[in-house]
Amino acid sequence: MSEQIKKFMYINRRAPYGTIYAWESLEVVLIGAAFDQDVSLAFMDDGVFQLVKGQDTADVEMKNFSPTYKALGDYDVTKLYVEKESLEERGLTLEDLMPLTYEDEDDDWAEKDSIRLVSRAEMADIMDEQDVFFSF
Amino acid sequence: MAIEANGKTFETDEEGYLTNLGEWEPAVAEVMAKEDDLELTEEHWEIINFLREYYEEYQIAPAVRVLTKAVGKRLGKEKGNSKYLYALFPYGPGKQACRFAGLPKPTGCI
Repeated sequence: MSEQIKKFMYINRRAPYGTIYAWESLEVVLIGAAFDQDVSLAFMDDGVFQLVKGQDTADVEMKNFSPTYKALGDYDVTKLYVEKESLEERGLTLEDLMPLTYEDEDDDWAEKDSIRLVSRAEMADIMDEQDVFFSF
Repeated sequence: MAIEANGKTFETDEEGYLTNLGEWEPAVAEVMAKEDDLELTEEHWEIINFLREYYEEYQIAPAVRVLTKAVGKRLGKEKGNSKYLYALFPYGPGKQACRFAGLPKPTGCI
């Protein structure tokens, strides 16, 4: 008997560098991706900075793991919900974020955007549908 | 732990992965392969180089299923399958090939 597929959501609320949370979250997501669950990521508050392009970590002497977000599509993690209000409050737009895509196996490998911009209210609805949360 | 290659000493972790990715050179792969009783062919190098490029681009060593898919996409379908990759790297294309390539243990290999 196969296990029932659960909806896992990873919530990212912190800036990428300065603490280990963002990298830890990303590692858990990549490891967890092996378990065939329904995975989505939420980026809100300072967590939206995790997806900002052109990161340079030389001065803080941390590994620049920002390119690793581009591998999420290869790991079949294709739902990255970004909260619109969090972006706006920080003076950011979708254009400031890395273009993250995946290839849709069910649609002749068409390249599609992984980042989905949602309002705070929509995010609440999406969260309502989840079974399990990981908060970072 | 450490290995000797090309007259130099390379530090490794307890599982045999290179501690400092930047130190890697092809001789490291040759020595590691010899310890595993493998002779590296052009086909092996194709995968090792592919892994190094993948790391360069994404900053992670891919899990084996991700590697298989990516190899299929970039090097052709006949190479993007477990049978082909396990024939080359009997201890697991993720773990063994990543080790030869000087990368850390794959993220998401369990």
